[in-house]
Amino acid sequence: MRAYLRPDGRKGIRNVIAVAYLVECAHHVAREIWWPYRGRGAHLIGFGGCYPNDYAFRMMAQLGRHPNVGAVLLVSLGCESFDREGLACLIRESGRPVETLVIQDHGGTRPTIESGRAWIEKTLTALEGSPRAEMGIDELIVGTICGGSDATSGITANPAAGRAFDLLIEAGATAIFEETGELIGCEHIMAQRAARPELAPELIACVNKAAHHYTTLGHGSFAVGNATGGLTTIEEKSMGAYSKSGRAPIVGIVKPGDVPPTGGLYLLDVVPDGEVRFGFANINDTAEIAELIACGSHLILFTTGRGSVVGSAISPVIKICANPETYRRMTDDMDIDAGRILEGKATLDGVGREIFDRIARTASGEPTASERLGHQEFALTYKSFQPLGPACLPGAIL
Amino acid sequence: MTDISPKNASRALRLSPDDNVLVLLSSAEAGEFVTVEGARIRMASALPLGHKVAARNIAAGEKILKYGVPIGSATRAISAGEHVHTHNLRSDYLPGPLEL
Repeated sequence: MRAYLRPDGRKGIRNVIAVAYLVECAHHVAREIWWPYRGRGAHLIGFGGCYPNDYAFRMMAQLGRHPNVGAVLLVSLGCESFDREGLACLIRESGRPVETLVIQDHGGTRPTIESGRAWIEKTLTALEGSPRAEMGIDELIVGTICGGSDATSGITANPAAGRAFDLLIEAGATAIFEETGELIGCEHIMAQRAARPELAPELIACVNKAAHHYTTLGHGSFAVGNATGGLTTIEEKSMGAYSKSGRAPIVGIVKPGDVPPTGGLYLLDVVPDGEVRFGFANINDTAEIAELIACGSHLILFTTGRGSVVGSAISPVIKICANPETYRRMTDDMDIDAGRILEGKATLDGVGREIFDRIARTASGEPTASERLGHQEFALTYKSFQPLGPACLPGAIL
Repeated sequence: MTDISPKNASRALRLSPDDNVLVLLSSAEAGEFVTVEGARIRMASALPLGHKVAARNIAAGEKILKYGVPIGSATRAISAGEHVHTHNLRSDYLPGPLEL
């Protein structure tokens, strides 16, 4: 695979210009700047809140320095409390071109849009000369998520994604699974896969935290569509979701924005720490995808039974359809037809291998279905986290 | 996890040997016989693919096993072939929005 070699030494599989608004008040101007370039490598991300939030800052800093990102344009209204200078400084230190446009200092909407578009034109040309380097499968970070699950998800697409994870980890890559709210009921089984004894209680604690969070808010990660599709309880949905993690030992836990330090399988703990505040942990699948990407995921495996159409800003999303009837209805939106397993036309191992091969092709530049259709969803809301405990990472000094 | 290879494909699937529910591999009509591992179970009602049917008679309060693990408890007695869903199965963890 030919990767884009960043000045900080990281390797990316896409060469994105991220246009980032730093408050909702700058969203329109940022979108107008980005719109003509949306098919030419520009992606729109941003944070809508006006009040400062450490998590949102860290997410934006990690996304702005993501290996798939070659340059960043920050669009600020001017009076919001986001630390735009701190963010620009971190991105500049990573060696990436970064520009900040402050609408209030720049003459308002029109001049800012004109300047932003001019900067993107210039930067697109500059990025054509981005240095390339060979990249091995072992250098990839791959995240996985399921959305729009039904009862087929847990018997076809999710375990097939798990087989692909097993193949990735055998090849030395890093794989991240998440959705601790959808691991409720399988925490003890999961803890048996901890690579180190001290990690096992941390894995259980992540899920207990998620259960507390959801109980406080009075709503589990279970939608009406899940039941229409034949799922009855959260623990049933959990077992299906859990199968995406494959069978490798779990080597560590990360929180949003933590890049795994080694290869192997990691759990991303997406539920905020401390007392429940700011509302639901993850308002939708897209917010979770953004967190997987902030942890360095070069690409995302997205399994769906009911038929989600989303892609993402920054990293490609490979859609694995669990349900053969959904696949026939929404073929254009899907990359992999895992429903063939139900029909007796393929095996879990065969589809796992197919996903693994598709990962290599996607990493080599082949567009995914959601990329072809122009999907670039992005969501970022308020959260708060405490730093990782010492038992969470391999090689941590205890 | 049980592999679903073409050679053992059938209309319903027992995901783990201990399971007391089966997963339908395609939609089924009421009265139809569904085969799994050589046994035949008569469908009590029409159901879409992916839904669960009882593999045997299940007592009220008994754990429902799928993937070889409990996914909740039966809230009433369930006969073999009957649909197992929100009307007769509830979570042992979180009360879902579905128990309305």
